Amino acid sequence: MSSTTTAPAVLRPEANTPKKRMPLSQLVPLLLMVGPVVLWLLIFVAAPLMYVFVISFMKKGTYGGVVMSFNFENYLRIFDPLYLRIFLVSIIIATATTLLCLILGYPFAYIIARASKRNKGILLSLIMLPFWTNSLIRTYGWIILLRTNGTFNTLLASANLISHPLQMLYTNGAVMVGMVYTLFPFMVLPLYSSIEKLDRCLLEAANDLGAKPRRTFWRVTLPLTVPGIFAGCIQVFIPTLGYFFISDLLGGGNSVLVGNLIRNQFLAARDWPFGAALSILLIVFTIVLMRVYKHFGGSLENIT
Amino acid sequence: MNKHTKQLSKFLSTGFVTLIYIFLYLPIAIIVFFSFNTSKLNVVFQGFTLKWYGVMFQNGDLMSALKNTAIVAVSSVIISIFIGTLAAIGMFRYQFRGKGIVDSFLYIPIVIPEIVMGISLLAFYHILNINLGLTTLILAHVTFSMPYVVVTVRSRLSGYDMSLEEAAMDLGATRLHTLRRITLPIIAPGILAGAMLALTLSLDDVIVSFFTTGVDSVTLPIYIFNKVKTGVSPDINALITLIILVTLLIMLFIRNLEARNSNKGQA
Repeated sequence: MSSTTTAPAVLRPEANTPKKRMPLSQLVPLLLMVGPVVLWLLIFVAAPLMYVFVISFMKKGTYGGVVMSFNFENYLRIFDPLYLRIFLVSIIIATATTLLCLILGYPFAYIIARASKRNKGILLSLIMLPFWTNSLIRTYGWIILLRTNGTFNTLLASANLISHPLQMLYTNGAVMVGMVYTLFPFMVLPLYSSIEKLDRCLLEAANDLGAKPRRTFWRVTLPLTVPGIFAGCIQVFIPTLGYFFISDLLGGGNSVLVGNLIRNQFLAARDWPFGAALSILLIVFTIVLMRVYKHFGGSLENIT
Repeated sequence: MNKHTKQLSKFLSTGFVTLIYIFLYLPIAIIVFFSFNTSKLNVVFQGFTLKWYGVMFQNGDLMSALKNTAIVAVSSVIISIFIGTLAAIGMFRYQFRGKGIVDSFLYIPIVIPEIVMGISLLAFYHILNINLGLTTLILAHVTFSMPYVVVTVRSRLSGYDMSLEEAAMDLGATRLHTLRRITLPIIAPGILAGAMLALTLSLDDVIVSFFTTGVDSVTLPIYIFNKVKTGVSPDINALITLIILVTLLIMLFIRNLEARNSNKGQA
């Protein structure tokens, strides 16, 4: 087989000049290995997204469905005060969720990153473990806890702290609790990895030069973990806009977020073009945030 | 820092971490707790019983939801591991034009909001006249888990010594043989990590499943979603408890396996 002669070039990627045409003995295995993924992404990611982009300029049919007719109406409709309000509420809830996750998550990640090696492993898998129970099931757990005849109210009443059950479920507060609960690990993991990577020598140097711990934190630790903070915030903020089942189950009808609005266009109202326009807007929003993130030195690898 | 403040900060941080873990486990604990309740409502604990662990097997809808969940999880993990591992090895080994494009392409499904992926697949299946069911669900699950598999397996490859393959091929092994006997065994931990991630993603997904499932391919989260408003009976709690127990055992088993592997590596 000729591969013995070409092997060194294949095996040392840097020795390969990309300008030269790839020999067939490399091209065939390359196509066989990387081809399926590319094909899959083209069919199930690129094509569907393109289609959504196209129907966002179409018109809704009388019985649902999509009618060909190029227009920008779906995008203009977003500026209707009714929808603007939904966007505003969603952004407020998403921002609050992100801030809460950050405020709770940073010290938490910090403590774990500074734990002994053995404890670290245990503490980390304890964060991952709830993931194995579906997030909707865990949200259902919150319903049991929060509803008027739920666990919290029963406990408070039996302690004689309240005479009437508190309305906790079906409030924006409940939605926030559910969001923070579900997305907390997505904040902690990137924070953890950026704090973990932090060079201890820098902290010691700051200490040796006379900086108090607080000053060291604000001037050294925090700035160096900014990429982790950004990665965590993006991973909490964007999903919060789309997690319609949490606002459905914990907010009742009182909480309509962008996610619920999109869901309703595709399933209840059957106004796909409008739903598609909303989705495109969400994508644009995501891209903008990613740009900002990359601008501040974040890398995509931290997003996973 | 003097000794007292050190002790105090240790005490505070332990307390804080404990509170966070209570927060993370409370909803799960309450579901498990009420699976042992004699009352049909998940409201007040009336007495201990195990009857729901028998009742759940009579609940046909629940059992078929469980079956569907398992089918979707297992098939999507197998497909995404197969395609994803191949791609990870290919992208690690070869430099080619357009590699950067493939790379950023892989991050699209990771970065876009799940709801957008859900509705785009729904619209896509609709225009192709594909009926929603187990197949569409499996295809959707592969789509969101495969990129994670590629990224995970590739990151495990970064420390991989290519000269081993070189040696195998110099000794006359074919490319396929080298892949099977040298490459795969070495990157097996990476594949295992990828598989675990894909399994976790599949089991945890609600949103994409919501849009790509059909009437007769209801999975567990969808089943519960439909039930929550009318009331969830404790046999569902019992099933969830069992699932938690099984996943816990699987996780312990895999941790054991990994620990043994790393010990072997050191020896």
